[in-house]
Amino acid sequence: MTDVLDPPVAAEVHDPAHEEHHGPTGFLKWITTTDHKVIGMSYTVTAVIMMVIGGAFAEIIRVQLSAPNNSLVSFAQYNELFTMHGSVMIYLFAGPFAFGALANIIVPIQIGAPDMAFPRLNALSYWLYLTGSITVLSGFFVAGGAASFGWVAYAPLSNSINTPGAGADLWIGGLLLTGFSAIFTGVNLCATIFYLRAPGMTMFRMPIFTWNMLVTAILILLAFPVLTAGLIMLYCDRHFGTHIFSVPGGGVPVLWQHIFWFWGHPEVYILALPFFGMVTEIIPVFSRKPVFGYKGMVFATMTIGALSLGVWAHHMFTTGVVLLPFFSIMSLLIAVPTGIKMFNWIGTMWRGEIWFSTAMLMAIGFLFTFLVGGITGIYLASPPLDFFTHDTYFVVAHFHSIVMALVLGAMGGLYYWGPKMTGYLLNETIGKVQFWFLFIGTQVFTLPGYLLGLRGMPRRVPVYPLHPSWQFLNQLSTVGAIMIGISTVAFMVNIVYSWKKYPAGDNPWDGHTLEWFTTSPPPHHNFYRLPRIRSERPTWDYNHPDHAAAEHGHHDKNPVA
Amino acid sequence: MELPALSPQGVSARTRRWRRVRRIVALPIAALALAGCTVPTFGAAPGATTSSRSVYHLWQGFSIGAAIIGTLVVVLILWAVIFYRRKSDRIPKQSQYHIPLELTYTIVPILIVLGLFAATIVVENKEVANPKTNVTINVNAFQWGWKFTYPGENVVVVGQTTQDPEIVMPVNENVHINLTSSDVVHGFYVHAFNFSRYALPGVLNQFTLRAVSTGTYDGQCTQLCGLYHSLMFFRVKVVSQSEYTTWLASNANASAAQAAQKATNQQTSSVVPTKTSKSEENN
Repeated sequence: MTDVLDPPVAAEVHDPAHEEHHGPTGFLKWITTTDHKVIGMSYTVTAVIMMVIGGAFAEIIRVQLSAPNNSLVSFAQYNELFTMHGSVMIYLFAGPFAFGALANIIVPIQIGAPDMAFPRLNALSYWLYLTGSITVLSGFFVAGGAASFGWVAYAPLSNSINTPGAGADLWIGGLLLTGFSAIFTGVNLCATIFYLRAPGMTMFRMPIFTWNMLVTAILILLAFPVLTAGLIMLYCDRHFGTHIFSVPGGGVPVLWQHIFWFWGHPEVYILALPFFGMVTEIIPVFSRKPVFGYKGMVFATMTIGALSLGVWAHHMFTTGVVLLPFFSIMSLLIAVPTGIKMFNWIGTMWRGEIWFSTAMLMAIGFLFTFLVGGITGIYLASPPLDFFTHDTYFVVAHFHSIVMALVLGAMGGLYYWGPKMTGYLLNETIGKVQFWFLFIGTQVFTLPGYLLGLRGMPRRVPVYPLHPSWQFLNQLSTVGAIMIGISTVAFMVNIVYSWKKYPAGDNPWDGHTLEWFTTSPPPHHNFYRLPRIRSERPTWDYNHPDHAAAEHGHHDKNPVA
Repeated sequence: MELPALSPQGVSARTRRWRRVRRIVALPIAALALAGCTVPTFGAAPGATTSSRSVYHLWQGFSIGAAIIGTLVVVLILWAVIFYRRKSDRIPKQSQYHIPLELTYTIVPILIVLGLFAATIVVENKEVANPKTNVTINVNAFQWGWKFTYPGENVVVVGQTTQDPEIVMPVNENVHINLTSSDVVHGFYVHAFNFSRYALPGVLNQFTLRAVSTGTYDGQCTQLCGLYHSLMFFRVKVVSQSEYTTWLASNANASAAQAAQKATNQQTSSVVPTKTSKSEENN
């Protein structure tokens, strides 16, 4: 590498002053914008509100379970609450937060693009998402209440006889809207990543977050249309007299499970990959090292994406109608690329200079929590062990370890990219308080669930009258849930407390990727100038020309033990 | 797990270190193997059937692997977190690839996964086998209760949320279960058997249970089936062969059974005709 700074390449011929966007401001800007950053911020705010709503449902559920015969809510209300908790968190928070909020803002900047490929389609995605979210939640205000058949809506419980009422229809309609929103975002991300990369930004110079979003977008395109089709079939069964999922009409109820999980399992990775990507951006920056095994990381992501399309029936081991060995080995194999990622994250930290900012703490918290969720997932890939734990709290604890790891990753992403999005840093002390409540709360919340599951506590029960001995572990779990709630309050307090208080500057973390090269927040079309892009760390190369990544194959002779 | 010692001896030091690592890993495994029955339970229990015991041993095997790998990863993360804290403005060596190491942590997990899969298949084949049996019990799940029919014996047991029904089965005997559902998806789950299976509408699910110890075990519906899902309990009472015969004889009341069956039919089928009529209306 030369010891001369590469001169910045002018991306725009205009004077920066001309770049100021003279559009409407305030409310009018919000409803008319096609700027990916403004849309992304709308997504961020909406998704975080959804997280708070879903979290509030969770707190009610956990308080209800703190005594064997509690009567805080009725059975019917309880069914609505856990259905809407799952639905809000999966459909309305985690996915849209990942690919609507952060990816929308960050991916175009990371690849040096001025905007998403289809800005108007991007705006449509957001409005579909917002209206879909409101539609799903409005179920609480109709006669009969919200949908109450669980977030998986298994037929025939979800038909019009077993679950009559408009709440279920609003759930279906709302998910159709958010589903289209996701599909459009998937199209947009694919097109943006394939066609709008800046000169020099080859595929293997893309940051891992962008790579993960590409694989996520492809999975969205493969999986979401299946859910959309399934929801339409369900609606037809409910209202137009079809018998796709009803036995008396000659239909097959288990078909719903196949359709649902054919979407549902890729969906798990549609949720997870973006957060893996966020963590993969945070760890190298705060360790001052490149991503360890960058190419291995990319291939691991692709492998996860490919395998995730062939494992759906591991959710259906106990149906007795699926080919157990095939789905078992496919599911077990996902542990391999996931393990590669874990070791690559550790390898990135190895011999680094780790700065424990809030974002980095969240990322490390992610590693621990994801490890627990990942290892328990391996058990569930084994049919006999799944027969043993299926539909018990073991499964609930397993996927809550995973999703809480994702929440830690999401919070890390907000602390890491928030300054780029807003121009202001959040308070680090409050951030660390938030981290410890979130991290410890997560473990106190999930770990008792594994034991409860092994003792036989089923999912989705508001009472456990025959087993008062389960009360202590349930109360422990409730305490954990309350700690998580406190961490969310701390986050809100931090936003209010830090409001426009700590200007971030362009590059507060000594970042690696292109978003740290532009201003905070970036100008209307993102860049006044671009550095030369000769690796996946153009900003780092520009700032530290003497510290390029070691050549491929030139490894330390005395490596990691 | 090991100091990344910067030894000048190079290869020999590395070999020594690997030997030490192997010893550290091998010791607990050997200890566990020698201890035999003192392998920790990892939160599970052997249960009361032949299958449940195989599942329990599989559980232990998975847990030993999980404990070793989990500990390794936790130690590595903690090691990095503790020893590579930022102490100065120094920029560390920008190492990015180490192909042998990366291959190691790709190939070793594949081998581990294949091992787990092999163990899984052995237990699974035992568990899903349907050997010849003398005892067959039809289990029918409905919102919100269970009906147990002993074909050819004129015995029917019905229970709903207000009164939990009891399956009586003989010990040390293969008991063939035909599981069906009258309405929505239910889950037939007996904790002491380490086993569950869906009761699916329109599907006949069959499996064999072989209880090895007498006693009464709790069962419960585990798949959300509507309002009273949480109260859909049943019990499994495993008795000696002679007690089983006596029980069958004393409960083989054809007329009572028929009456009970009629009552259930009314109760359960009240859902089904409504379904049909409703669908017809829609048509």
